[in-house]
Amino acid sequence: MTDANGHGADTTTIAPQPALSPENAQVIQLTRKDFVSDQEVRWCPGCGDYSILAQTQKVMPDFGYARENIVFISGIGCSGRLPYYMNTYGFHTIHGRAPTLATGLKAARPDLMVWVITGDGDALSIGGNHVIHSMRRNVDINLVMFNNRIYGLTKGQASPTSEFGKKTKSTPLGSVDTPIIPLTIALAAEASFVARSVDTHTEHLQNTLERAGRHRGSSFVEVLQNCNIFNDGAWRDFTERDVREDRMLILEHGKPMIFGKDRDKGIRLQGLHPEVVTIGENGITETDLLVHDEHAEEPYLALMLSRMFWPAFPVPVGVLRSVDRPTHDRLIDDQIASAIARSGAGDLEGVLNGGETWTVE
Amino acid sequence: MTATTELEPDVQELERVTIRFAGDSGDGMQLTGTQFTRTAAVFGNDISTLPDFPAEIRAPAGSLPGVSGFQISFSSSEIHTPGDQPDVLVTMNPAALKTNIGDLPAGGALIVNKDAFTQQNLNKAAYASNPLTDGSLKAYTVFEVPISTLNERSLDGLDMTSKQKDLTKNFFALGLMFWLYERSMDPTMQWIDSKFGARPVVAEANKRALKAGYAFGETTEAFHTHYRVRPAKLPPGVYRNITGNEATALGFLVASRLADRQLFYGSYPITPASDILHQLSGYKTFGVKTFQAEDEIAAIGAAIGASYGGALALTASSGPGIALKTEAMGLAVMVELPLVVIDVQRAGPSTGMPTKNEQADLLQVMFGRNSDSPLPIVAPATPGECFDLAIEACRLALKYMTPVVYLSDAFLATGSEPWKIPSYADLPDISVTNATDPATFRPYLRDEATLARPWAVPGTPGLEHRIGGLEKADITGNVSYDPDNHHRMQLYRQAKVAGIANDITPLEVFGPDRGELLVVGWGSTYGAIRSAVELLQAAGESVAHAHLRHLNPFPANTESVLRNYRRVLIPEVNLGQLSMLIRAKYLIDAVGYDKVRGKPFRIAEIVDEARRLLAEQDSR
Repeated sequence: MTDANGHGADTTTIAPQPALSPENAQVIQLTRKDFVSDQEVRWCPGCGDYSILAQTQKVMPDFGYARENIVFISGIGCSGRLPYYMNTYGFHTIHGRAPTLATGLKAARPDLMVWVITGDGDALSIGGNHVIHSMRRNVDINLVMFNNRIYGLTKGQASPTSEFGKKTKSTPLGSVDTPIIPLTIALAAEASFVARSVDTHTEHLQNTLERAGRHRGSSFVEVLQNCNIFNDGAWRDFTERDVREDRMLILEHGKPMIFGKDRDKGIRLQGLHPEVVTIGENGITETDLLVHDEHAEEPYLALMLSRMFWPAFPVPVGVLRSVDRPTHDRLIDDQIASAIARSGAGDLEGVLNGGETWTVE
Repeated sequence: MTATTELEPDVQELERVTIRFAGDSGDGMQLTGTQFTRTAAVFGNDISTLPDFPAEIRAPAGSLPGVSGFQISFSSSEIHTPGDQPDVLVTMNPAALKTNIGDLPAGGALIVNKDAFTQQNLNKAAYASNPLTDGSLKAYTVFEVPISTLNERSLDGLDMTSKQKDLTKNFFALGLMFWLYERSMDPTMQWIDSKFGARPVVAEANKRALKAGYAFGETTEAFHTHYRVRPAKLPPGVYRNITGNEATALGFLVASRLADRQLFYGSYPITPASDILHQLSGYKTFGVKTFQAEDEIAAIGAAIGASYGGALALTASSGPGIALKTEAMGLAVMVELPLVVIDVQRAGPSTGMPTKNEQADLLQVMFGRNSDSPLPIVAPATPGECFDLAIEACRLALKYMTPVVYLSDAFLATGSEPWKIPSYADLPDISVTNATDPATFRPYLRDEATLARPWAVPGTPGLEHRIGGLEKADITGNVSYDPDNHHRMQLYRQAKVAGIANDITPLEVFGPDRGELLVVGWGSTYGAIRSAVELLQAAGESVAHAHLRHLNPFPANTESVLRNYRRVLIPEVNLGQLSMLIRAKYLIDAVGYDKVRGKPFRIAEIVDEARRLLAEQDSR
């Protein structure tokens, strides 16, 4: 790496890294325990974050990345503590800025698997701009946003996803701000992978994180998470065991949108709007229902799904959108590679002596 | 114009000439100035330039705010500034005359484009009467040249509109200047070919305009004399003309090679720093990665992320953008990762005067973060020195694992001078090694000599660890709220930066080792201070000049140097920021000389202030 003058000829110090592949996973034999750090977990007892951490640790071995090639980057908020509990590289940054550090890290080090852990305030209030721009660039990160509709770490103020009229410490007469819909924002920002899951639906959450981790490009995962101290039961109305089948819609690519304990409810398109229908009533059959297509080139369907919410509709969970487009780090590297292919590797003496020169004897 | 020799009736030899081109911002004055600069540089003169342009891309044509100027001083001896006042003022319209005539000394040469002095243009410039006819210019040697008419005539037969033809009149003026100062038209002819090669008519028009201006000088009887400024006796070597921003970009590129690291540059467009982004984005074949971020915060965030990944990472802005980066700079201080933050200062506060010069961000970068948050600060003194200080900033960042602020300014960024091209082999090795040994690695175990923590980049097996903005426990780097630990870590961070004082070039003095007056400066005031001190020394005064390139920490010998003089004068283009630091740190009764006019100091201003101070102490 270093020549006689002590100057390296090579601009990179990084060896090529293993690809994301099942073969690799077999080579790098790891278990959930390998991803548990020695730090004591300090969330409130009963917090939804415990489950998200556990599911994250569970899926990590599947990706085939060695621990040293995985980085967790977080912002500020309760979610921001997660990197301390992962036995990988971790960076707990500043409020709202985790996507910016992830963008720079991934641009400099395409070999790394980078996760961004954030919350509704961190991602959509103070850091909203960065979420939008990291998504539109298709930075190859997996952004997991814990949405509890409240500021927990600062003890209970309204967040950008708090309901209109919500009474909190900072909004004693109710919030006058219209909430924003995280998945709609992600889709509008051209995210190439957009999904939603629930903290307590462990198997679904694992599958969703697994899908996000395997996606090349920006993954945006909203996890509906309960803050049992400052906003207990935020999603209870539709996530509880006894009602969830009737009040949530589990999306599966290529399958008709059916839900309900008896699998008799469905979503049909009426004009430009979705409509809940019952199979068997008014001559409606499965063939009348919308069929989910997460790979659709234009995200019309995904945008519609992102706006469907209880009680008007069952709440869609799963992958709303998953499309391929070139990643930010790849585009940067390709430009460099093609510039070198065209003109050769940079000649430092040439640049130093660039333009017009003259000699003084 | 200091005349030295009368050669023959029509050629007069001069040591130094200062020309100012002024016109509407659509008149191409920056290009005209740049072409004259290249030509003078290649000829071998010492040069110094001062572009002065409005922030508006195109203010209303002919208006006072739309005036754009470019001053160049060229000399047969070494010079340090673009000249206090022009010897020759070229004005393309009444507005340019009005805004610039105040700087032309009595007897100075004034060349005006007579055609532009229409009633309409006079109104736009708020002239009640025509200055060409009302006698108000009688203190000057005025040359009224119908530049527009003569230029258009020279383009007869070319397939262009009158408006298009008029756009070339700046080259007529340039040609006239080339004749007046015996310059070859060849470099500009070649430039025209390379620039307009694909548009032969435009190329032809510009060439004809240039030649017509030159021929006008030769044939008209208006100009009796032309002038000769011989090449300067600069130290031997290969030279090129360079602006501060060019030297900055080049310096960081070279630094990345000297450090054997990938260069990552995160930036958001802002005047006057954007040119650094433009230039670095052209270095793809060197593997340089540039990132135009969504905002200033993302720019520094990405740079910190890249640094975390092992790259040599930079971000750049000007004062308003630095304000936005502040929180992330604090993060870099806390996580102790190498980073260079470039601040190309401009006049403020707030948006201020974006294209105008000021050096008033010193205290902002010194203190503008929450808590005690020390970081090293370096500041180049000349456009060429931007190259050296870029490497120095990287050396400190890497060796001490710290963010470093690099303070340039609008005058350095856009001004230019001849630059002796260094040999790469003579430059220092600034490489550092990453941590790799899991047996000895502790995230905050410090190097005994530098107090730097190890750089453990992701991808290194066995060194998985967590860092962040929360306070770190000494050695382990785990989150800690322990009171004694916090106190210890604050002291470590302070001691690490303070210790750099012994690892930098000591403060050097130009002039007597001890004496009556020491003029201390930093940044782009260098040229004016050095020239002023040279004049004072030539007049027998006991005056010396010391220029700080390191502003935090100061070189270890700073106090002892300052105490060798009865008085210390600190001229600054701010309201006394370095003065405050010097007075606070050393209890030395330094006197500030502060002027914030959006322009560099004039030599004469500093001479006058120094003389005032010398007289004051004489009368004590």
